[in-house]
Amino acid sequence: MIYMGMTMTQKILADHAGLEHVVPGQLIKAKLDMVLGNDITSPVAISEFRKTGFKKVFNVNKIAIVPDHFTPNKDIKSAEQVRYIREFVKEMGIVHFFEVGQMGVEHALLPEKGLVVAGDVVIGADSHTCTYGALGAFSTGVGSTDMAAAMATGEAWFKVPEAIKFILKGKPGRWVSGKDIILHIIGMIGVDGALYKSMEFTGDGISHLGMDDRFTIANMAIEAGAKNGIFPVDEKTIEYMKEHSTKPYKIYEADEDAEYSQVYTIDLSEVKPTVAFPHLPENTKTIDQVGDVKIHQVVIGSCTNGRISDLRIAAEIMKGRKVHPDVRCIVIPATQKIWKQAMQEGLFDIFIDAGVAISTPTCGPCLGGHMGILAKGERAVATTNRNFVGRMGHTESEVYLASPAIAAASAIAGRIASPDEL
Amino acid sequence: MKLKGKVIKYGDNIDTDVIIPARYLNTHDPAELAKHCMEDIDKDFHSRVKPGDIIVAGKNFGCGSSREHAPIAIKASGISCVIAETFARIFYRNAINIGLPILECPEAAKAINDGDEVAVDLAAGKIYNLTNGCEYTAAPFPDFMQEIINADGLMGYIKSKAGEN
Repeated sequence: MIYMGMTMTQKILADHAGLEHVVPGQLIKAKLDMVLGNDITSPVAISEFRKTGFKKVFNVNKIAIVPDHFTPNKDIKSAEQVRYIREFVKEMGIVHFFEVGQMGVEHALLPEKGLVVAGDVVIGADSHTCTYGALGAFSTGVGSTDMAAAMATGEAWFKVPEAIKFILKGKPGRWVSGKDIILHIIGMIGVDGALYKSMEFTGDGISHLGMDDRFTIANMAIEAGAKNGIFPVDEKTIEYMKEHSTKPYKIYEADEDAEYSQVYTIDLSEVKPTVAFPHLPENTKTIDQVGDVKIHQVVIGSCTNGRISDLRIAAEIMKGRKVHPDVRCIVIPATQKIWKQAMQEGLFDIFIDAGVAISTPTCGPCLGGHMGILAKGERAVATTNRNFVGRMGHTESEVYLASPAIAAASAIAGRIASPDEL
Repeated sequence: MKLKGKVIKYGDNIDTDVIIPARYLNTHDPAELAKHCMEDIDKDFHSRVKPGDIIVAGKNFGCGSSREHAPIAIKASGISCVIAETFARIFYRNAINIGLPILECPEAAKAINDGDEVAVDLAAGKIYNLTNGCEYTAAPFPDFMQEIINADGLMGYIKSKAGEN
């Protein structure tokens, strides 16, 4: 039998299913290198796990549980949920459990702790689990029952996805980051443009993107409906993994003759700073098209854009300036390590002098949980990933998704603005 | 399995944040979640939904967050089946895994109207609009997924497999 070449994702899945070849549409069972859950999804998974009568997890080192959404706990019910998780973690002996104080936003935390490396297969009961594709891993979001089954068996079933290839060329211009690139792509293909598929990024433009930019791009693959987003492994990936992990990694490359359902070429030098208007991430406008949109809140943080380079660019723009009197600006470093680094680099001095509130790591406002909920009629510019109806608070509030540079400039201007307008 | 109910119809890109807003995710009690199902786009949903009712929606139903609370809230509301043009992939998995019947059928999803009386034969993938006599066929599930559905969800399936070993 003659097989067509495989994409990077297909190769990783084939290897983890013990198969030489896989084809799109094939249903396979793959061995998992990491299973993830948070404080919202883990309680459902744990109760399913217990109901089914399992007594132990498949591997205490291959499960990570990160209470990050409603933590530090915002109310009694959410505190009870984390207590329920904590008891399970202790009983099972799960090693990678991160309490408040060590905790960070899960998808910033796992790569930083070295728990995911190139070639891994990871599932997480959180839709943004696709973030780790930046490292050359296959990772995808699932629900709680999948997490429960995975904790019991160490395996998950997948339908082998087709792929869309995105060839990134050229060098991004001033103020253009990974966020602008992925918003540009979602604006182009739509929120279901990659439904059930892989988004495979390739091309010489990737060499101009740091790891933080790649995490941001892979993170929002789900916002185009994708199963995963994935980057090839290069010197920057290897350097990142050496700095953060002792886990062995494996580099996969797509075959020359791999099949793609679509191929897009994107010249990064032509991508402009991009903002997604309410209430879908596909409603994008470039910064020169946004018009006069007055805002009330700015949030800089989340699994999409709470990393150190995000905070650095925000600080660079805010240095010596003041947050507009009609705006509340909240900065949320995504992990304790990023928090400390930002503090040591003096970024907090800049933020505090500008009138910014700095929060401990949490998903908090991104999903309308706590720490910055919007009232009726209020508008926020957020570096987060979703702007659905009611996402950050009242159903008549609005979220505009943007990069940290645009968010910082908007906080100063009191309206959606580019740093060049300050 | 044969299902029958009145249709509650929605449009495209119904996301899991509106199916069950995050502010209610500090619990995972199905009955509690059902009280707030759909309230951000349809505040009357909870009061008008009747056991057996069927949701019919456009494309990309269930996009966004992986929260399994979304299909749980729909199921606990009494909805017997969701028919859509397409489903977002995590919602699709979650629905199969928890035993909420779903059917992907663009023709039916487009043609069926709010308030129509619809019957569904899940095993055959047949959708009957009893209001106007139209009939549709959804693509059948692959055998493996049908086994999960037959085992009343993924946990039942892996338990039955564990029993075989």
